[in-house]
Amino acid sequence: MGAPEIEKLSGPRATTSLVSRASPLASAREQLEVLRRLPLKDFPVELRPAAIDIFQINVGKLCNMTCRHCHVDAGPDRTLEMMSRETIDLCLAALDKTDAKTVDITGGAPELNPHFRYLVDACLARGKHVMDRCNLTVLLTGPCRDLPEWFAARGVEIVCSLPHYRKRNTDIQRGEGTFEKSIAALKRLNTAGYGQGDPRRRLTLVHNPVGAFLAGDQKSMEREWKEGLAANYGVTFDALIALNNMPISRFLEWLQASGNLERYMEVLVNAYNPGTLQGLMCRNTLSVGWDGRLFDCDFNQMLELDARYADGRPAHIRDFEPAKLGERAIVTARHCFGCTAGAGSSCGGAIA
Amino acid sequence: MDPYYKPEHLAQFGSIAEGNPKLAEKFFAWYGEVFKPGALSAREKALIALAVAQVVQCPYCIDAYSRESLQQGADLEQMTEALHVAAAIRGGASLVHGVQMLEHVHKQVMA
Repeated sequence: MGAPEIEKLSGPRATTSLVSRASPLASAREQLEVLRRLPLKDFPVELRPAAIDIFQINVGKLCNMTCRHCHVDAGPDRTLEMMSRETIDLCLAALDKTDAKTVDITGGAPELNPHFRYLVDACLARGKHVMDRCNLTVLLTGPCRDLPEWFAARGVEIVCSLPHYRKRNTDIQRGEGTFEKSIAALKRLNTAGYGQGDPRRRLTLVHNPVGAFLAGDQKSMEREWKEGLAANYGVTFDALIALNNMPISRFLEWLQASGNLERYMEVLVNAYNPGTLQGLMCRNTLSVGWDGRLFDCDFNQMLELDARYADGRPAHIRDFEPAKLGERAIVTARHCFGCTAGAGSSCGGAIA
Repeated sequence: MDPYYKPEHLAQFGSIAEGNPKLAEKFFAWYGEVFKPGALSAREKALIALAVAQVVQCPYCIDAYSRESLQQGADLEQMTEALHVAAAIRGGASLVHGVQMLEHVHKQVMA
């Protein structure tokens, strides 16, 4: 790996990937088994999809960070799981078969995929609204330094993670130095026009709790984050969304190691809110994996729970049939309580 | 010997209605209204509740409002400052009575 490639991967490290440690929890099957063994009830409802409104494309697990709550087990060592140009072209062909209005590009750090800019431009050329799920610190690395201006010129929505508007909890979750780098990146985004009410330069922050508790009231936190970041750092943003942590991958590891697993799952189950079911992201979002496999959501993707046609075939982007996919049953398991707890949790934040 | 405080009793708080359902209903309705966000945010109310819980030393409330403060987005530093505010008021409330003590000393002791 050359110097630019290494520099591209520089970033705070809170931990290391499960895969690099050969942890048993690197296996999706083992994660599902851990959840299955808990003395809890199963997810109680069958879910059916509505029309696909959002194509969420996970372009790979490569990341310059290793956050402790990551459900992807992303990290700088995940160089193999990278969406190819060929698969990206299959995604675009599939997108053309739907009326989906939004393409939500995620990862890992999606900006590290060598075809990222090609994908963004191709989606914009099709008139789609494009969202980039950004960890902020990647915008400070060599090849990505021009991205704030590049995104701004194209009207890409930036959805970026900031667990807290203060240093302590941000660095605990995401690695020492994350908060300082995040503020620097946010200032660059503000300079490029983001976070100031312009609908074509929308900046959304994502809060994940830094521990084994539910995300609090989203609107209330948005007010406090706005006050705190403006007053202390001169940083502004448009909206905050709050997502519950899912008992998957590295967050599952932390729950087990800290003795919080059973209690946290009980919290999720006891907070089950049927009012969230209509707005669940698995109902209007199609998740595409780096290898073209299709899933009901990014969480199912990481648990390798493929979306399946009614005849049981696992769905792949190469033979995408939207009408037949619309007849499928959404695959659910106990991790789904994470999205239905309290105000609910989706890639767009609270649901109910 | 059983401990005086059992964490599971917090979840059974509603059972105090057994002795007087009408008063319990009024209390819990009022309690619910108190903690709704209003002029103060949910987080501010959670931190106030946590601080008061530590002054009155209610272990149930400390448990509940530690969790609630975290859930509302407070971090350890913010929660610790709230604790110090509570402790400062409690300590100050003792110390200020020292002024009364000083009056007696100044009156009764030869200068």
